[in-house]
Amino acid sequence: MRIEIRFAGFGGQGIIKSGIITAMAACIYGGKHAVQTQSYGPESRGGACRSEVIISEVEIDFPKVTEPDILVLMSQHAYNEYAETVKKGGMIILDPDMIPNEREIEGVRIFRVPATRMAEELGRRIVANVVMLGAFAAITGIVDKEALKESIKANVPKGTEELNLKAFEIGYEYGRKLVEG
Amino acid sequence: MAEKKAVLTGVHFMSGDIACAEGAIAAGCRFFAGYPITPATEIAEHIAARMPKVGGIYIQMEDEIASIAAVIGASYAGLKAMTATSGPGFSLMQENIGLAVMTEAPCVIVDVMRGGPSTGQPTLPGQQDVMQAKWGSHGDYEIIALSPSSVQEMFDLTVEAFNLAEMYRVPTLLMADEVVAHMWEKVVIPPAEEIKIVNRKKPNAPPGNYAPFMPDDDLVPPMACFGEGYRFHATGLTHDEHGYPRTQDSDVQMRLVKRLCDKIRKNADKIVRVEEVMIDDAEVVVVAYGIVARAALSAVKKAREQGIKAGLVRLITLWPFPEKHVARAAEKTKAIIVPEMNCGQMVREVERAAKTTPAYHLPKLGEEPHTPLEILEAIRRHS
Repeated sequence: MRIEIRFAGFGGQGIIKSGIITAMAACIYGGKHAVQTQSYGPESRGGACRSEVIISEVEIDFPKVTEPDILVLMSQHAYNEYAETVKKGGMIILDPDMIPNEREIEGVRIFRVPATRMAEELGRRIVANVVMLGAFAAITGIVDKEALKESIKANVPKGTEELNLKAFEIGYEYGRKLVEG
Repeated sequence: MAEKKAVLTGVHFMSGDIACAEGAIAAGCRFFAGYPITPATEIAEHIAARMPKVGGIYIQMEDEIASIAAVIGASYAGLKAMTATSGPGFSLMQENIGLAVMTEAPCVIVDVMRGGPSTGQPTLPGQQDVMQAKWGSHGDYEIIALSPSSVQEMFDLTVEAFNLAEMYRVPTLLMADEVVAHMWEKVVIPPAEEIKIVNRKKPNAPPGNYAPFMPDDDLVPPMACFGEGYRFHATGLTHDEHGYPRTQDSDVQMRLVKRLCDKIRKNADKIVRVEEVMIDDAEVVVVAYGIVARAALSAVKKAREQGIKAGLVRLITLWPFPEKHVARAAEKTKAIIVPEMNCGQMVREVERAAKTTPAYHLPKLGEEPHTPLEILEAIRRHS
């Protein structure tokens, strides 16, 4: 089964990194096939940015997302651009503080995770993407929690592992509560 | 065999650009000169970090013209040398690519294609430089160009590019695209002893008797490098077997230019590589390369599921063009579809090789490569 995930926000939020961490977790630490691709503008910060991950039990031919099963959205622009692209029966995980204006989308489950605010409470807004990954892990169960933690350790700057793993756990707890109600 | 300490044997999750850099180092590349440009910058960035650890040299030059010039110099000084760029830089390099052809300097040039012309779309993929790869520099010549479709191939084909460059003393081009370069995927780097490495032929003759451009039977002259005790002259001017300019001599010009072409043309069967998928009974064959070939493979599989006999010829070698493979596929099929991220370039070569079998071009320009569905629809239309 092929699962398509699209992370979107603006440059500087760690959107591309989130995709790499997820794909590497699924592939190297999870034993599945995975590929990450990206799309971004010429600006390094502030421009629209998206990162896509395919996870599959079999070899992946086409590496781009055509109809995402899951959207992880961290900006209003990303929401406006992509919210409608999600597959029927799919899900959207979003940061409600970054996306004040939502519309009704039929047949799609929405999970609201205030990741940016939670990261600020941790003292580092920059780990908002990792908070989101924690929530993503708990809500979707697509990638193994421990595999994601290994992948985070392999992908974050040395010396920030502890902060990032804490951010991940906080997100995971928040996500778990959302799912369990 | 590759040098052990330089090869990161193991399973990795890497981007295409990083895999290309690692492929170069595994192949024995110890000199890189370049100028940063999206989407090739990460090759330079990674090599800058790795080169000092393997005793190699990384130089950021003032521009792409100087970069390729430095690479030719390094090659003549005996190192395996590479540069990496994108369309605008590739254009600047063209004159000196001709110098590398004429002086038969083995080297590798990576062009990570983005949307053009001019500065075009810096962060988005294209396949618009494939004819420039063949014809970009003035004069008559043959060149080798490879097209990777995966991150694994960014590693494997970079190694292959060095081997071909060394074997035929010709600049070898790795024509990647933004998607393959920026995509992250699993890469398996084999043990050093399993990586085949080719080094340029050295002369057997003593310095006094060495004719630097006297070819062997394979049309490739053995190469002495500067500093090895052989004194010789290398020039971009038409030169005889001793390396001296003979610009007024039509026989020398004929002999030299014909050999530069023939050393590739006559060895084409050994150089050319394609991947053929389900073509034996195919009624429609897709010919594709680079990232587009992945969409094409998906489309071909979907077509088969729907009972349409479709097949794929994936061009791994772009130049010399895999004429025989395309001709063979064309003989048995009703139609050929050529999806490309340009307005119609390799399709002309396909048409030429396919003779009476019609080849339909499927252009795509802008943000993304073709989707499998777009190619599937074309297969349906022509099945």
